[in-house]
Amino acid sequence: MSTESAQFHRDADRLTHDLRHRAWIQKALGGYYIKRDEQKAKYTDWQQARASAAAAKYEAVNHLDKYLSELSDKLAARGTKVFWAADGAEAADYIASVARDAGVKRIIKSKTMTGEEIHLPQALEKAGFEVVESDLGEFIVQLRGEPPYHIVFPSMHLTRGQIDDTFQKKLGSAHAETPEELTMIARGLMRQKYCEADMGISGANFAVAETGHISVTENEGNARLSTSLPDVLVSIVGIEKVVPKLDDLAVLLPMLATAGAAQNMTCYNTLLGGPRQPGETDGPREFHVVLLDNRRTALLADPEQRDALHCIRCGACLNVCPIFKNIGGHSYGTTYQGPIGSVITPHLRGLQSWKHLSFASSLCGACGEACPVKIDLHHHLLQNRRNAIAENPVWWEMPIFAGFAWFMRRPGLYRFAAPLLRLAGPLLHAIRGKDIDPMSLWTRTRDLPPAPPQSFKEYWRGRNAKR
Amino acid sequence: MPNGSRELILQRIRRALSVKSPARHLAGAAAAPSGHKPQDWLPPVPSSLADRIALFEKNSLELKTEVRRCADASGAAVELASLARENHWQSVGSHHFALGNEAVSALGLPAVFTDHPYETAELERCDAGISGCDCLVAQTGGILVTSASAGGRVLSVLPPHHVVIASTGQLVGDLADAFSHLRKSHDDVPAFASFITGPSRTGDIERILVLGAHGPKKLTVLLVQG
Repeated sequence: MSTESAQFHRDADRLTHDLRHRAWIQKALGGYYIKRDEQKAKYTDWQQARASAAAAKYEAVNHLDKYLSELSDKLAARGTKVFWAADGAEAADYIASVARDAGVKRIIKSKTMTGEEIHLPQALEKAGFEVVESDLGEFIVQLRGEPPYHIVFPSMHLTRGQIDDTFQKKLGSAHAETPEELTMIARGLMRQKYCEADMGISGANFAVAETGHISVTENEGNARLSTSLPDVLVSIVGIEKVVPKLDDLAVLLPMLATAGAAQNMTCYNTLLGGPRQPGETDGPREFHVVLLDNRRTALLADPEQRDALHCIRCGACLNVCPIFKNIGGHSYGTTYQGPIGSVITPHLRGLQSWKHLSFASSLCGACGEACPVKIDLHHHLLQNRRNAIAENPVWWEMPIFAGFAWFMRRPGLYRFAAPLLRLAGPLLHAIRGKDIDPMSLWTRTRDLPPAPPQSFKEYWRGRNAKR
Repeated sequence: MPNGSRELILQRIRRALSVKSPARHLAGAAAAPSGHKPQDWLPPVPSSLADRIALFEKNSLELKTEVRRCADASGAAVELASLARENHWQSVGSHHFALGNEAVSALGLPAVFTDHPYETAELERCDAGISGCDCLVAQTGGILVTSASAGGRVLSVLPPHHVVIASTGQLVGDLADAFSHLRKSHDDVPAFASFITGPSRTGDIERILVLGAHGPKKLTVLLVQG
């Protein structure tokens, strides 16, 4: 068992038994389900909209070289410096060198999961820069030294009391009672930070090849401020974020809002296509876009699962996943949690170390159903299982399955053995889960239903005899 | 190397794409049937102006954006003055735009104009930011701003109350209409553009809605006939 797998089993086991935690997460998601369905009902045709959104991403992902080159050239034409980073270290080194060259001291960051993926804040802090998260949820988990709990709702696992404690301890703020008061504490503090910062860092939700823009979606306004007040702006963009045309956003922006946060449209959707232009009185003087591969091309090279690069990081698959709702976001130990995280993490960070996530699934298909860009998530979980076993077979499983197949192909033997199993039933029940049970690993947490008094074959024979 | 690993990444992509995607990916991502545009599947938008105004007002209400109807530019000046009184504004940020010039100067308050070089700290102290916009989007209740139409990148997000003065003629149906408006009214899609859909908000604490997370706590649209 890999250390990642051991950590996953330990944390998942602990949190699944934490009923208070489970109730809290389910309560937090309850409101989302109601509002999401209300928003979806407003669409002329949600299913056709999904197909259209998937079509835009399919076109982009399957012609990624063309659209990335176009994006890069269009961005450069308006004075943006585009840097292509093969991996996280190359990206972090470049961003640190940009900061050093510009004499930067303080960095204000808006939410970027891609930045989390490459541990950018830690790398910049190590290089001697002050890095402050401006997204409220990210700021709270940064203060607590935790990773984000959920790709869209980073602090959904915390109560107001816990957040109040954190603020009192880390910020020395007065006791606050309501979410409103707590939010205003962060707002007041952050106002200073925006004005003092010499560099802003943002992520991107989309990048438009046709016009050379990145698109940033947010509710709080922190990304608007972080991308317009500091003199230097760096946006880190996964290469799969590109879309061909500006019009693609006409569909993708509302769908991201509806699937992700049950909104008609997210509060701010900002297009950034360059630093301060002639005639502008504000905005960054330098704008750097870092296009990050970091093994996305390894996922692209698997044609079967290539559509996982369609992902717009809305988090809808997490919100409906029975596994996520029980084990919570931190158990995964990954940047990207939930079904999408279980699918892509093995590609980004190694199949054998992360295959356990694909096995931790009920394969119910709720994720694929929820996905606004139609990623075939639960089949990809199955494919990861198949690939993991093909690459690294489990020696003792092979004779068991071979024996099972041999047995099932012999009806005579089956007819003879089935009644014996019924006789053995009470014995199996008596030892179930105990140390002497050879199947105890399996049966400890699972019930064996009592065998029915009559098998189907016996019933059928009796039924025909009566006629 | 100024471009970093551009060639390496493009090479990896081309090698990966030399094996085609399975047909079911394309089938799942079926383009809209002929005669339809992708945006046809989104929430419907009525065609008459009156209905579009009604839809914009309905969406605004849900978003907690306040909409005040005005007969003309002088009517907007009257509404702006009453907003200033109700909210006890001491100073405002603004820029020069046709629909707002009269209203802003009639306020008689100290004003920071952002179409000239300005101090961020001074704008931050203002009680309201008053701006124009490129267009209003009926389908979403959104407001599209650019540097040229809304006094730069900051005015519409830094002060705690954002007031937009726009005419009903600026109302468009959906985002695709807003994009074609951008292309028509500027030489090129500008380097900065933002859809503002309601006042700043967060649900990061217990998923409870709080307005004014980092941007404006209040958003008011003065909608002028014409």
